[in-house]
Amino acid sequence: MITLKEIENLANLARIKLDDSEKEGITKDVDSILAYVDQIKEATVNMDYTPVPGAVHNAFRGDNVITTSPESREAILNEAPDREGDFVAVKKIIAQD
Amino acid sequence: MIDLSTLTIRKAHEDMGAGTYSAVQLTQTYLDEIAKKNTDINAYLEVFADAIEQAKEADKRFKDGTATVLTGIPFAIKDNILIQGRVASSASKILENYHATYDATVISKLKKEGAVFIGRTNMDEFALGGSTEKSAYGVTKNPHDTTRVPGGTSGGSAAAVAGLMSLVALGSDTGGSVRQPSAFCGVVGLKPTYGGVSRYGLMAATSSFDQIGPIAKTVTEAEIIFNAIKGQDIKDGTTISESTYSPRRIGKKPVIGVPKSFLSQGGISKDILDNFTESVEKLKKLGYEVKDIELPNAARALPVYYIINFAEVSSNLSRFDGMRFGFHKSGKDGIEDYFLSRGIGFGKEARRRILLGTYVLSSGYYDAYYNRANAARRLITQDFLKAFENVDIILTPTTPTPAFKIGEKLSDPVSMYLEDIFTVTANLTGLPAMSIPSGFSGKLPLGIQMTARHGDEKTLFEAGKEFLGE
Repeated sequence: MITLKEIENLANLARIKLDDSEKEGITKDVDSILAYVDQIKEATVNMDYTPVPGAVHNAFRGDNVITTSPESREAILNEAPDREGDFVAVKKIIAQD
Repeated sequence: MIDLSTLTIRKAHEDMGAGTYSAVQLTQTYLDEIAKKNTDINAYLEVFADAIEQAKEADKRFKDGTATVLTGIPFAIKDNILIQGRVASSASKILENYHATYDATVISKLKKEGAVFIGRTNMDEFALGGSTEKSAYGVTKNPHDTTRVPGGTSGGSAAAVAGLMSLVALGSDTGGSVRQPSAFCGVVGLKPTYGGVSRYGLMAATSSFDQIGPIAKTVTEAEIIFNAIKGQDIKDGTTISESTYSPRRIGKKPVIGVPKSFLSQGGISKDILDNFTESVEKLKKLGYEVKDIELPNAARALPVYYIINFAEVSSNLSRFDGMRFGFHKSGKDGIEDYFLSRGIGFGKEARRRILLGTYVLSSGYYDAYYNRANAARRLITQDFLKAFENVDIILTPTTPTPAFKIGEKLSDPVSMYLEDIFTVTANLTGLPAMSIPSGFSGKLPLGIQMTARHGDEKTLFEAGKEFLGE
């Protein structure tokens, strides 16, 4: 059984604010989903990670610098909720003593 | 009057080439249908104001002789595929006002062909769901029965094609999100081989599963679209080349394998099983050899799929921070900005899966869930590869039930997950799979799913066309 306290801890780790009113419902849902996926624990599996065909292909490319056009940069910066010149503006992170 | 119910890409191309009607007239015909139906069906979140302008450009290409088979063809685009300058929200509040700053590779390819983008379609938020009920912008309804879901997560795209509100559409498939809504809406949906189509510009849900795929009324059209959007892309390191796989077929005519014991697990509706038996008989009559095969580990596919889905979703959705783009809710300091922006911006299913992903990836549980699921994923893949030593196509129903009622599965997340039993294996294994219409249960369409070897979409198209008599 997953507890309300564990859900609060997960939400804290995931940086998600949960309303008190929905915590109980989410705890119940997460609990039923975990009970379902717990079947995996019964599976006899050999913890073997040798890739099988179709799983992964390594793709190499040159480590080249590609300059972003001023228009693209402008478009990207304009999507930021807040900007100052060519910077994305955020609240101060380091507190002053 | 253009008969939209029988219209195909080739027919429209010939008609526009012969001047029977123009691309503008064709687009206008679809816009009129949308105006009539979309308030009820809610397939589109936005109809592009410049659709007619795009069609005018297509008409110029018919005049100057540079038209290709997709020039002037109306496409509905799932809301998680980026088109530069347009809103792309993944049906989430957190991206409500986000404008794509570049074109997805599939979009650049279709633009070169002169395709017309009619609008962006509704979906389950961030492609998390199976019914298009989990959109921040309302439920999409099934055009065959508006009390029922169209399936999901590409429910808007499938409903747009089935409801004759677009000729064709693009969706994305993480665990069946192209194939399941295609089955529920009576259309064709293809999930290509993993890496077959570039995902540059597709918002990531589960990166090791996601593929973009076409939705259309016929297999021939799905094939035309697939050929137009496939191929290696420097911007998506997972894309494969023509020579990555060299699928060898066993039979001159594809040999079909049916995993009988997998189908007898229970929970599959009688109508689906009856229709499946009829479909097998139909294929036998068409001269296909049908063999019994075993997929011993497939019964565990769902828990394996969901554990990996939760893990990758929680990682992928961490990029939404309310700082760089998208919805922002201001708090007392920077960290509270994160909590509020994500707490308010994400819907319930997204938050639930982020928490589950955080759980299965946390240090005490990583081995028990995530590593174990990856090991089991390997076993399931080996089952399929072994089966393909004796057959060329693996046949199952696409879904365990026909389209369910709106609201029916909302209170029980696990029952919604069970809908994906037949589709998730193609994502776990990276194999290409296609749902094709196979009949009806009352007025509800049903679909069968064909899975082929890696890189062998060709066999799916060949057998699919023969099944549908194309």
